[in-house]
Amino acid sequence: MNVRLIVNGEVLNAEVTTPISLLKVLRDELHLLGTKDACEQGECGSCSVLLDGDLVCSCLVMAADAHDLPVTTVEGIASDGELHPLQQALIDHGGVQCGFCTPGFVVAGADLLERNPSPTSGEIREALSGNLCRCTGYGGIERAIQSLIEVEER
Amino acid sequence: MEIVRPQNLAGVFDALELSPDALLLAGGTDSMVLVNAGALRPDNVISLRNVKELKIWDGGFIGAGVTYARLEHSDVAALAELSRTVGSPQIRAVGTLGGNLGTASPAGDALPFLAAVDAAVELVSGSGSRVMAWDEFLTGPKKNALEPGELILGAHLPDVVPERTAFAKIGVRQAMVISIASVCVTRDRAGITTVAMGAVGPTVLRARGAEEMISGEAAPSEAALDEFQRLVSEEARPITDHRSTEEYRRMAVGVLARRALERCLA
Ligand SMILES: Cc1cc2nc3c(=O)[nH]c(=O)nc-3n(C[C@H](O)[C@H](O)[C@H](O)COP(=O)(O)OP(=O)(O)OC[C@H]3O[C@@H](n4cnc5c(N)ncnc54)[C@H](O)[C@@H]3O)c2cc1C
Ligand code: FES
Ligand code: FES
Repeated sequence: MNVRLIVNGEVLNAEVTTPISLLKVLRDELHLLGTKDACEQGECGSCSVLLDGDLVCSCLVMAADAHDLPVTTVEGIASDGELHPLQQALIDHGGVQCGFCTPGFVVAGADLLERNPSPTSGEIREALSGNLCRCTGYGGIERAIQSLIEVEER
Repeated sequence: MEIVRPQNLAGVFDALELSPDALLLAGGTDSMVLVNAGALRPDNVISLRNVKELKIWDGGFIGAGVTYARLEHSDVAALAELSRTVGSPQIRAVGTLGGNLGTASPAGDALPFLAAVDAAVELVSGSGSRVMAWDEFLTGPKKNALEPGELILGAHLPDVVPERTAFAKIGVRQAMVISIASVCVTRDRAGITTVAMGAVGPTVLRARGAEEMISGEAAPSEAALDEFQRLVSEEARPITDHRSTEEYRRMAVGVLARRALERCLA
């Protein structure tokens, strides 16, 4: 069957014959490789995308069930070749090491700031609790988000 | 693979008539894990994503399609608390009460709440509806009373939910963790107390002896709380598996029940 997705504002079509995940379709059919594939069990958050406005693990979405829905991937977070402020902040605060988890954190963190521009430390940790990072120890990631709150308060 | 995405219950019934064994897909947070692992390969899928009747949450009725992200805002303390502990924001955004009932895992975190308040589960099909008590619905580990051609409409809570309710669970970390043991405790104004335990038996269990003992105590003493904790541990029927041991689970569920009760008494 044909699955029509509205990915980062663009209508894209994929042919799907099995119950494969949205993650597989994004990466293997649509060649959007920013969304990472690691556990395929909803545990790591590296595949995070916004589906119809909700932060979800794209590995747990059946692609055929996302027909006609808007999807925002990490590629849609930066605009016109300009980094999203969170992407720049992650670079500046040591929030990126190997970088594998980074797209998931960018999508989850940008979603948090969109919904709650001044999160507390507890709210930041809660919002990022579905994203695992094996390298940074999370300190740099939390500081990156915190730096954006300070900018807004000034 | 064929998928249908009906807008309402009538559409689900039509689809179930054609393929009674189709996979009912709600949030997918249990089913897609199996699909990705190659353990489930449905030929027919009925998506419940757009079925509006399943999203109804109206006081004492919680539709099967209500997500944890919504239930987190419940004014029933235990329901809000348990919902906040499920998985991560990504899981709570799509994971549903109906999926927890459908999977019927002994560790399903919504189930001790449903058991503690004596909720009923409503099943519907093209030919009618059946309402059954939670313990008739949950028949064993990952087993329930759902028949081919049926779906879960939702859960009915009693008219009056006890004023004080609390949920507690323990696992290896704070977030994103499957319960090693969990409890829901309720206590009404008259002191009538209920205790339901998760992940320490083949299904959710009520600790009836502990309930009876503590319901008679208007202002439980330390000694009464000790006895309550001991009885809860005694009534658990845990096993040792890859997540924990029988001994630890038995000890932990007593401690959790005491803490939850203390919160109800505070
Ligand atoms: C990373 C991760 C963390 C998790 N953490 C927790 C946790 O902390 N606590 C917890 O309890 N669970 C947890 N889970 C398990 C899961 O999220 C829950 O069981 C959730 O309630 C499932 O709901 P769903 O809508 O995603 O179900 P789905 O996967 O869509 O469905 C699950 C089962 O229920 C059936 N079903 C769904 N809706 C209906 C219906 N209306 N009628 C009949 N059958 C139906 C499906 O056919 C399927 O068999 C976790 C899962 C993951 C991947
Ligand atoms: S790949 Fe989806 S959560 Fe890990
Ligand atoms: S930077 Fe390596 S996993 Fe996070």
